[in-house]
Formats: sequence, C-alpha cells, structure tokens
Amino acid sequence: MTDFGRRDFLKGAVAGSVATTAPLVAEAQAQTPAPATPAAASAVPGYAFLNLDEAAFVEALADHMVPADELTPKGTDIGVNVYIDRALAGAWGKGDRLYMQGPWKPGAPSQGYQSPLTPAQLYRAGIEATNTHCRKTYGKTFDRLTEQQREEVLLGLSTAKITFDNGLPVRPFWAMLYQTVMEGMFSDPIYGGNRNKAGWKLIGFPGAIAVHRENIEKYKDKKFPSNPLSISDMS
Amino acid sequence: MVTKLKEVDVVVVGLGWTGGILSKELAEAGLKVVALERGAMRSTEKDYSVPNIRDELRYVVRHDLMQNTARDTITVRNSPSQEALPMRRLGSFLPGEVVGGSAVHWSGHTWRWTDMEFKVRSNYEERYGKNFIPADMTIQDWGITYDELEPYYDKFEYTAAISGKAGNIKGAIQPGGNPFEAPRAREYPLPPLTPILASEMFTDAAKNMGYHPFPRPSANASRAYTNPDGSKFGACQYCGYCQRFGCEANAKGSPHITVIPIAMKNPNFELRTHSWVTKVLKDTDGKKVTGVTYTNILNGEEFEQPAGMVLLCAYAINNVHLMLLSGVGEPYDPVAQKGVIGKNYCYQTGAGATLFFEGRHFNPFMNAGGSNATMDDFNINWNFDRGPHKFVGAYNVSGGFNTVLPIGYRPVPRGTPQWGKAWKAATAKWYQTAMNISASGSVMANRYNCYDLDPTYRNAFGQPLMRMTFDYQPNEHRMGEHAAKVVNDIAKSMNPTHLNEATARTLPWTAVPYQSTHNTGGTIMGTNPRESALNKYLQSWDCHNLFVVGANVFPHNASYNPTGPVGALAYWTADAIKKYVRDPAPLVAA
Repeated sequence: MTDFGRRDFLKGAVAGSVATTAPLVAEAQAQTPAPATPAAASAVPGYAFLNLDEAAFVEALADHMVPADELTPKGTDIGVNVYIDRALAGAWGKGDRLYMQGPWKPGAPSQGYQSPLTPAQLYRAGIEATNTHCRKTYGKTFDRLTEQQREEVLLGLSTAKITFDNGLPVRPFWAMLYQTVMEGMFSDPIYGGNRNKAGWKLIGFPGAIAVHRENIEKYKDKKFPSNPLSISDMS
Repeated sequence: MVTKLKEVDVVVVGLGWTGGILSKELAEAGLKVVALERGAMRSTEKDYSVPNIRDELRYVVRHDLMQNTARDTITVRNSPSQEALPMRRLGSFLPGEVVGGSAVHWSGHTWRWTDMEFKVRSNYEERYGKNFIPADMTIQDWGITYDELEPYYDKFEYTAAISGKAGNIKGAIQPGGNPFEAPRAREYPLPPLTPILASEMFTDAAKNMGYHPFPRPSANASRAYTNPDGSKFGACQYCGYCQRFGCEANAKGSPHITVIPIAMKNPNFELRTHSWVTKVLKDTDGKKVTGVTYTNILNGEEFEQPAGMVLLCAYAINNVHLMLLSGVGEPYDPVAQKGVIGKNYCYQTGAGATLFFEGRHFNPFMNAGGSNATMDDFNINWNFDRGPHKFVGAYNVSGGFNTVLPIGYRPVPRGTPQWGKAWKAATAKWYQTAMNISASGSVMANRYNCYDLDPTYRNAFGQPLMRMTFDYQPNEHRMGEHAAKVVNDIAKSMNPTHLNEATARTLPWTAVPYQSTHNTGGTIMGTNPRESALNKYLQSWDCHNLFVVGANVFPHNASYNPTGPVGALAYWTADAIKKYVRDPAPLVAA
C-alpha cells in the first residue's frame, strides 16, 4: 500500500482544477494492480454506503485478512469490500429484522446484540473509533499502517484489548467486522463478494449444485471434482 | 374499530405441523375451520426451487423463513435477579414464520419419546429414591403413556415420510435398528438414508466400543413415496441445504406439501395468511373461550373471529405468549411456586468434538437433514446407571453432518489463526478432512426456568414481550461432563490426525449463537390443574374449548428432537376433539 492512495486522489480531484483531473486518473489507474482475473476488472468499484475513509479502511481490512497468495487473490480482488458495502447499504445494514426499541442497556454477553445502532451505523462508528485508536497509537489511520501494525490492531480488536474512548463497545463491532469478511468470501457471488467463486474454490465447495443423490456413493471418501456453480451460473 | 366476523366451529392459530394436522382432520370431520397464520404462503415451485433456494446468506444468516424480531421477539435473562433484555435478532433458536411454520425449515429428525420421559418423576423416584431429584427440579409425569401414543407416532411417521430402521417391532429386536427403542407396531415407511463417510466411521467406532449405533430416523424420503393421504414425495437429493431451507425436491416431510394442501381443498377449511392473533377471548364466566382477535398485517385492520373452539398451534413460545396475553390460566410464580402458565420452560444442551483425518474426503456438502448415525446407550437405556454420575436425564450421541455450509462451517484445528495466509491455508487443508461427533442432552425442569410477561419491552402491537428466564443447572453440567468424556473417548479411538475435543457446557445459556429450535414447556400437560395447564388431551383445565398444541406442552425436555411427539400429540388431540364435539365438556375431571 503506497502512501498515495485512491482516497488522496479523489480528495485531490475535488480540490484540484479540472485541467489536472485527466492525468491524475491515469496515474491512479497506473497504480492499481492488475486484476487477478478478467472478471475482476472493476478495480475501482462504486460504493453505495462507504465514504472515502471507510472504503480505505474496508479495503485494507479485506486485503489484510485475505492476502493474495497461491490459494486466492486478495480480498479486494474477490470483492469482499464490495460485499460489505452492499450489505451495509441494503436492508440488513439498515436494521431489517432488528428489534430497535429501547431502553438500551449493555447487558450481559449471554443476552446477545444490544447495540442501539443498526449494523451500518455500528460499522461507521467502529471504523471511526478504530482509526482514532490508530492515529493515537501509530499517528496514521488503519489503511496507512504497516502490515505488522494492522495485525496488532486486528488482534487488539478481536481480543477486546483495544477499547474505544467514546464508549462504543468493541466486541459487537469486531464480531460484525469478522462475520462480514467471511460472508464476503463465502456467500454466493450475487451479493458482490466471492468473485469467481474464489472462496468456494479455496475449500472445494461446489456451491448451488442441486443434486448429490448419485454422488453420495460415487464420491464417498473421494475428492469431488468441484467446479462450483453460483446462483447466477444457474439462472 | 374491530370488525366482528361470523362464528366458525374452530379457529386454528398458526399453520405449521400441528395446525395443519388439526385443520385437515377436523375439516374432514365436518367442522368449519379457519386457520390464522401470521406468515405468508410460499410454495416449493415459486420459493423453494433451485437455484435461488441454495443461498446460505439469505436463509441461514439472514433468516429469510424465520420470525421477524423487529415486530415481535422475547426478552431473555439467565436468572430472576438479572434484568431481561430483548433478543434483538434471532440466534439460539429459529421459529419459522410462513405457512408450514418451522416444519418448512426443519431437518426432519423424528423420534419417539418413551415412558422414560412420560413417567420421568415416577421412574427416578422408583429407581433412585426421592432424594435423588434436586428440590428445585420441577419434573413431573406427563399423564400419558407410550402405549397410548404409539398409534399416533405411527400415523405421523407415515404421513411425514420417515426414513429409518426399526429396532423393536412388537418386542422383537431388529438388527440394524435402535435396540433401546420402545416397541413399534411396524417398520418405518421408508428405508434408511444412504450413509455418508462420517456416519459410517462413527458407526464402526461406536460398535467397536460396544455401543449400539443406528441410522437416525428422519423425514427425508430415502426414495419417492406416496403417503397414506396421497401426498407425493420426491426422493432426497442429499443436496446439503436442508436445515433452514425449504426442500426443492418435496423430499422433506413438511405440512405445506402434505396436510395443508389437503385441508385447503376441503370446503370446510379457510386459510387467512398475514393474520396476527393478538388475544384469545374468554366468556364472561371464564369457563370457555369465545374466539380470537387478530390484525391483518397487510393493512392493520382488526377483526374478532368468534369460534366454538380455539386451537393454539403457533410456535411453542408464541402459544405460551398468547396464553399469558389472554389471561387464560393462572400465571406461574416461581417464588411462591403457584400457577401454571409459563412453568417448566426447558431447552437442550450438548457437547461436540471435531475430528480431522488427513487424507480423507468427507464431502461435507453432500448430506440429507438426517445424515448421521446415533446411539442411545446413554439415552433411553435404563441399563445406563445414572446413580454414580448424579444426574437426571440423558443424551444421545451421533456422528455425521447436517447442513454445514461455508459461511458457518470451516473447521480448523484449535489454535489456528483467524485470518491471513495461515488461516487460509488451514481452511483449505482441513475443510474436507473433518467430521463431527456430538451429544445432544436433555434439560430437566427447574422452578426458576420459566416464562412471564416482560415489564418493559413491547411488540409492534403494543403488547408486552414474553420474558424467558433460563439457565443450565448443576444437573445439566454433570451430564455434560459425562457426555463430553464419552464423545472424546469415541473420537480418540478413531485416531484422528487432530481432535478438537468436546467440553462440558458450564457457562450460562446464551442467546447467540444458534443452538437448537427445541424450546419446550410453558403450558404443560399433566394429571391435575394445580401442576399443569392442560390435561392429557392438551385441553385447557380452565377453558374446555381451548386446546394448546406443540412442544409447549412438554413438562421437560428430552435429548431427542421434539417433532415426533409434537406430531403424534396433534393426531392424538384431533381424535380427542372429534369425541369432544359430541359432548363439549372437560375430557378429564379436574
């Protein structure tokens, strides 16, 4: 991750003159890594919910938790960030099926989710609080940290050793952050993540395939020749 | 402004297994039946078809077929001293909200509960003495016997297309079946499902240790089947999307493909969907009910539906809630130990191990809802002496899979990092190599585990939420320790490459994550009105034209899944009601 990211470019573009825009676009594109696969061409996806700071955070999170290696492309190349954005912009993010009446109490862990915030509000507040922690600790926001520093932050969030000064509880934020990254990797690609079924290919999950009646004996204790099918492949 | 409708013979509240069975039976008996279902109509053809039904995010994670907690939920706490807070989204259990109810998304595990449960207090007192049962353990006999229920179990099993192997036909032990089961009149309607590698390995290991494993009976049709009512089933496709999903093959025994369409063809029956029942109405003298009020949730319009008889057939929790909201029966008071409505809420417990075998291919995406082998050596087997282990109750142990999909199921050895390259490598390496062995355990009633109305929180209709007070007791902790050891001993005998051992559950019950949709009690059946809400025919002791059907009638919870006795008791109650209509009076003298 270079210090000059898309966020700087976009902020600069707003502040800068029209005349400088075109070369900056070319420069930004030149910095974008080549997509891992042709279908991953949308390297600068549009966001429906995330603002610039949040997008930078989520992209850094996705690429740190799902780094590129011989097993999968990196998180942003399989659309984990896109999945998260769409989930937060959609009904779930806005609190669908969530009982939202007060009074609000922290409760015991055994009582489950007690935040007065919708998932989108919690995500937004959590990113801001995490970046506040990162600025205080490292002098930079999460997306500008080194890999080692990011690892420290995620470990701190996952163990609740990091606490937020503004009182936002860490545990529900981390639980949501982690769950949505996993959803972005393993849910059906119709939701924007798991691009090219990279998550399913990682484990050999065949996806939305309809029938195994014959396979159950045929592939007993044998590797199933999985070329996963998604809902859109079958629609 | 409440519109009063024309009186009908029977109003059925909730249209799942129990409501479906009773609607069909009573409409066929000539009664005019109206069913009020808060959910929508969905069909196999339009809603449960491939590929759209194959969506873990939508159905498992986002609860598409489940009760919407934005509108109505419960509050939860572990003890009376704690402040209850709303279960703001579903977690530990998942009541369905659709025509067909939870029986659309169930896995199909169907058991016959025996006299070990129905005579629970008598059994333990007789064997171990009165002092063996802790003072605060409010277990009691159910007032019914296995022999009375046997024909009704049979009827339900043949209706729901249960695949299995009998272990005891009229007293003769059958090879390959469960030798501990109570005698049944005949075989299951369908042979067992094709076993998967995990259930075969568990079966071999359990047999080697001297146990008696058998294929789990379940409502997944092992081949095409037409039930005695003429309802047609396809053969199970082992698609791996069973629990939380509707079945695209019509291979899962569900009311929306059996009893409900039959009722709907009967001119005596009418279904009103999107109809939310808010109250059961009582006569001025309180001896009878007169009908229900409900809201059409499509437009908010309120109705009164007068009826000669009211049958509460909603999800177990919601039946109890309606009783409390309607003031039928005396609410239970755990301090004074008086009253009955809300009494003896129970849940289940368990312990599970994950075994990793390098080089094996378990294909965890190929299974039916009931693809596992089970053993009852520590369950309905009195030869297992509870005395030295000091617990009341039982557990079954099983090995196999049921709907393990990748957002929720990616087993790795304990200690594996949760993200990054090492996590990815471990996830890829172990996913195919893992299987589970788990114990499912009973929960005995306790005086403080109960329901009442929450003093603070309200639902979308302005009514108090139901408050659930529940925690596991030392009895369950002791059983959990025994179960975890048995599970781990079997697992170790199989020499896995890695073993994530089972541990006894000793922490408080939690509202997350998912555990089981086996909530029981609250309006329990029994032998007298001081200790129970209903008589053995599930008829209210207080209002004789009110029947309450579902797992809410169980005075305690066994290790088995509840749907077998839920379905059998629905047929049993249907027969009782057919007699009742000829002479409408209490069927048991109080």
